[in-house]
Amino acid sequence: MNQPKIDLSPKVSDEIRKTTCYMCACRCGINVHLKDGQVAYIEGNRDHPVNKGVLCAKGSAGIMQHNAPSRLKAPLKRVGPRGSGEFEEISWDEAYQIAADWLEPIRNENPEKLAFFTGRDQSQSFTSFWAQAFGTPNYAAHGGFCSVNMAAAGIYTMGGAFWEFGQPDWDHTKLFMLFGVAEDHDSNPIKMGIGKIKGRGARVIGVNPIRTGYNAVADDWVGITPGTDGLFILSMIHCLMKAGKIDLNYLAQYTDAPVLLNCDEKSTEYGLYLRDENGKQLVIDRTTGKLAAFDKPGVRPDLSATHRAKGITHVPVFHNMAKLYLSDAYAPEAVTERCGISAKRIRAIAAEIGRVAFEEAFELDQEWTDFRGETHKTMTGRPVSFHAMRGISAHANGFQTCRALHTLQIILGTVEVPGGFRFKPPYPKPATAHPKPHIGMTPGAPLNGPHLGFVQGPDDLALKDDGTPARIDKAFTWENPMSSHGLMHMVISNAHAGDPYKIDTLFMYMANMSWNSSMNTGGVMEMLTDKDENGEYVIPHIIYSDAYASEMVAYSDLILPDTTYLERHDCISLLDRPICEADAAADAIRWPVVEPDRNVKGFQSALCDLGAKLGLPGFVNDDGSQKYADYADYITNHERRPGIGPLAGWRLGEKGLQSGRGGVNASQIDNYIDNGGFFVKHIPDGAQYYKPWNMKYQEWAVGMGLFDSPQPYLFSLYVEPMRKFQLAAEGHGERQPPEHLRQRIKDTMSPLPIWYETDQQGNEGFTINALTQRPMAMYHSWGSQNAWLRQLHGHNPLYLPTKLMRRNDLTDGDWARVSSPHGEITVPVMEMAALNENTVWTWNAIGKRKGAWALDRDAPEATKGFLLNHLIHELLPPKADGMRWANSDPITGQAAWFDLKVRIEKTVAPKESRPEYPPIKSPVGQGPDTLAWKVGK
Amino acid sequence: MTTLPEQTDKKLGLVIDLDTCVGCHACVISCKGWNTENYGAPLSDQDPYGANPSGTFLNRVHSYEVQPDQGTAQLIHFPKSCLHCEDAPCVTVCPTGASYKRVEDGIVLVNESDCIGCGLCAWACPYGAREMDQEEKVMKKCTLCVDRIYNENLPEIDREPVCVRTCPAGARHFGDLGDPNSAVSQLVKDRGGVDLMPEQGTKPVNKYLPPRPKDALPEIDVLAPYLDPVIGEPKGFLGWLDKALEKI
Repeated sequence: MNQPKIDLSPKVSDEIRKTTCYMCACRCGINVHLKDGQVAYIEGNRDHPVNKGVLCAKGSAGIMQHNAPSRLKAPLKRVGPRGSGEFEEISWDEAYQIAADWLEPIRNENPEKLAFFTGRDQSQSFTSFWAQAFGTPNYAAHGGFCSVNMAAAGIYTMGGAFWEFGQPDWDHTKLFMLFGVAEDHDSNPIKMGIGKIKGRGARVIGVNPIRTGYNAVADDWVGITPGTDGLFILSMIHCLMKAGKIDLNYLAQYTDAPVLLNCDEKSTEYGLYLRDENGKQLVIDRTTGKLAAFDKPGVRPDLSATHRAKGITHVPVFHNMAKLYLSDAYAPEAVTERCGISAKRIRAIAAEIGRVAFEEAFELDQEWTDFRGETHKTMTGRPVSFHAMRGISAHANGFQTCRALHTLQIILGTVEVPGGFRFKPPYPKPATAHPKPHIGMTPGAPLNGPHLGFVQGPDDLALKDDGTPARIDKAFTWENPMSSHGLMHMVISNAHAGDPYKIDTLFMYMANMSWNSSMNTGGVMEMLTDKDENGEYVIPHIIYSDAYASEMVAYSDLILPDTTYLERHDCISLLDRPICEADAAADAIRWPVVEPDRNVKGFQSALCDLGAKLGLPGFVNDDGSQKYADYADYITNHERRPGIGPLAGWRLGEKGLQSGRGGVNASQIDNYIDNGGFFVKHIPDGAQYYKPWNMKYQEWAVGMGLFDSPQPYLFSLYVEPMRKFQLAAEGHGERQPPEHLRQRIKDTMSPLPIWYETDQQGNEGFTINALTQRPMAMYHSWGSQNAWLRQLHGHNPLYLPTKLMRRNDLTDGDWARVSSPHGEITVPVMEMAALNENTVWTWNAIGKRKGAWALDRDAPEATKGFLLNHLIHELLPPKADGMRWANSDPITGQAAWFDLKVRIEKTVAPKESRPEYPPIKSPVGQGPDTLAWKVGK
Repeated sequence: MTTLPEQTDKKLGLVIDLDTCVGCHACVISCKGWNTENYGAPLSDQDPYGANPSGTFLNRVHSYEVQPDQGTAQLIHFPKSCLHCEDAPCVTVCPTGASYKRVEDGIVLVNESDCIGCGLCAWACPYGAREMDQEEKVMKKCTLCVDRIYNENLPEIDREPVCVRTCPAGARHFGDLGDPNSAVSQLVKDRGGVDLMPEQGTKPVNKYLPPRPKDALPEIDVLAPYLDPVIGEPKGFLGWLDKALEKI
């Protein structure tokens, strides 16, 4: 044999620089290999707490994102009409001057005329700080149109949710149940977790109308009817309660199940907790039979005993749960048809999760002490864990559905115990420990507090003195009282309608509102270009920051070009949504591993400049000079409270560097770089489970600066603030809802999770559920312009189940007209058997506008790609009184994307998908004809 | 015609777990990244931003729907790359000797300087695992990251194929399938690993672990003992509750 000699040890790179990925919301650690100063290769960082070395397709394709031809090159000023894409390049000085000329008068006269909304922003603690300093009440990020139901339901119920807030105990769980359509925020950890538990022989149950991705590897797949997850879950709760397969000890000790409720229908406090003079929830102590504060040392809360005082009977929350959930309305036979799951299967799954929780329970030999002072010799494991993706939350009943899932976890006693679901610091953190929304506005001065928060009742709503909404998105109003993330999807339509008021400048970041990030895309384009009787745009000014030539660029007047993620500073902060694991606190940075070769600037650095130019408090020194030269300067030197800054690692203490609390350390970013771009601090043994009630964890969290004093709390199976809104709707209290919303508030704001059918107004004749999901290789990312990723997912047919294909005489490659109460699209179809039989779906955001993203005009994304967004309106069809209600969850305002119902008819293949829109002019030209991206010699 | 070695010292290859592959394409893109920058010509892309984007990939994931006789349809994600066959028809068909199988580890490689781009090997491969690079006109294929697995410039832990290193679900394993005691051989034994298309007689080194049986949770009857009602209605439930609370 004559084998050629090959070099088995070629040099891999000149240097590895370690930073944080930004190809999606997962925020993995990456090793960026450089050759001759250029990015040569990206791999996962083995030391990183999130991904431990692995990396998904997006992460590995980062090199194509970094070098994408669609990158913006310089600040742009619109010169053609809005939507044309005609711009001229300007200097940063000119860009700032234009922005300041618009913003300064707003700030000095009426700050609410600025609406500042950020999209897939990972710097919300900074952008909100800027908006607060400006003084506008109109700030939020994209949570309201994405998944606020998931976050808010978790926080109101148990002080944290899935995703960034917590994760299954992958090392101990034996049965993992996954709900909901879509990829996951925790993109790599969930894949690692599923791989890990399957490797041990543990099982996965997937509940999802579509059997792709994680559901494809699930041992059991439940192809549920969209929007009925809550009903299915409550039916399992029914079965488990009826069989007594619930963790009574856990419910009594750690939840509000024993807390007493006022039962007098005539009382103004009907349905509210009985509290002591300090406001503490009261229970009956089984030892004494007397009332006691829930946290009194030694108290044994009674789940059963009632209490009568001053003529009013008080019963424990658990009584109300029994009354509600033991009802035959939740029996499997009663829900089977709506859920599309047989009654026997509902029972089988309920029995299986109960069996694993109780028959496979185990003890960890780990002593711990609870907040009542009792020391427990062991920790009891209940090895069944749950997780949910976006799907279950993107319905108008999504908040209650997510609450139901948490209730199921809690009655099984599997939250914050070995084998169950665990919080990641800074969670657990109950809703009461979060801020409330603030709207106190003074011209020329900062807002009186943070914009977003967790309302505790009608008094906290964001209403003006005349009762009208204080915020442009109508967040925290009677239409959606608990809208903790705002309603980004309503901003443009409200601003266009001048309802609740007109604005002057719309300022957005990373939010593709004229395309895939809006409902009613065509309508939004019209709103953005609509002119008033004077020939002026109805929304007078639009400032937008993006790194790429997205569709939204064309609809803006002034573009502040952002950098790629490899060219910028960022902090993934504990003040925001950090990268913690269940057994460690962690945060991370991004830093410019390469310098930009274009006239672009990290958006946060641009805000430092603009903030200083506007003289915003916090952005200028006492002498009026610029306080933070750039975002890195802010990250290092800003302190939110004394000793608490954006980064928790390597802070300066009296004896040197320390973690958590501490003074400013000028070399902090270098310390992070030396450590691979992240900081991690492990939670000590004995503090890793039972965190809300474990004094060792509570004290550790105070030491880390996560909060300022221990705050143990009970899980809220019963969300008292919801009862307060119901009381108002029943006529109690001074702040009263408008008449037309009273009944809906009574019906939907049940303090115990319920299921209700979403509003079907106008859906007659539209009977098929239509969903979207992002492919794993593109979730939460900017995939379609990526030369490598678009070869994986460059087409998005509408997938139809076999039955609907047959009924409509369709075969793969045929075209169908798909209509909804709002609109119509014509698209290619393909059969999929592993799909709920009355559901169709497509990959979201593959479809692109011609001329955007530096793609050729005949790219398949622009010719055959399509969006379901055209079928979804931000308002529901008119009711009998002519009123149109928001297509949102009535509790949180979350956009109800997945409530869409459609009708399908076969049609002759058109030349291109419909609707067709004319091309926009690319501000960056088109990409090259070939690629062979090798930077080394 | 090119000859194959009579035997190789090792049989390095991949074991791919079809029970855990979620079809995320991480392996596909990390392979594209590493092999664009490393071994031989970069993996090029034609019309990358246009109507018919098409590029060279050494590893692709296909998804197949399977309809069992009983029960619901399933979706199988199936990653596919060169299987480094013992009787590799792509080697024996090569007119220039550019395709060869390494004696020391059994890796099938293309010596690009001898490759004339005739494409015969791609025709001969029953798995469709070779791709002609349209820019360089040379045949590209999985190298099993031969420039990583022995690379002294890499930390020892990283001396494995990139697709294995990056796989988030841990569905890919690398090792010597010629050694019955290796971890990969044990895995194949324990999980009933199979050859792809054994009837082709190529004796592939790579193995696939089949998916476990799915949808096996039996439906149970109303009266199944585990969910026996403690009592019928709420009032009785509270009676049960009192008794149950006595015990805790």
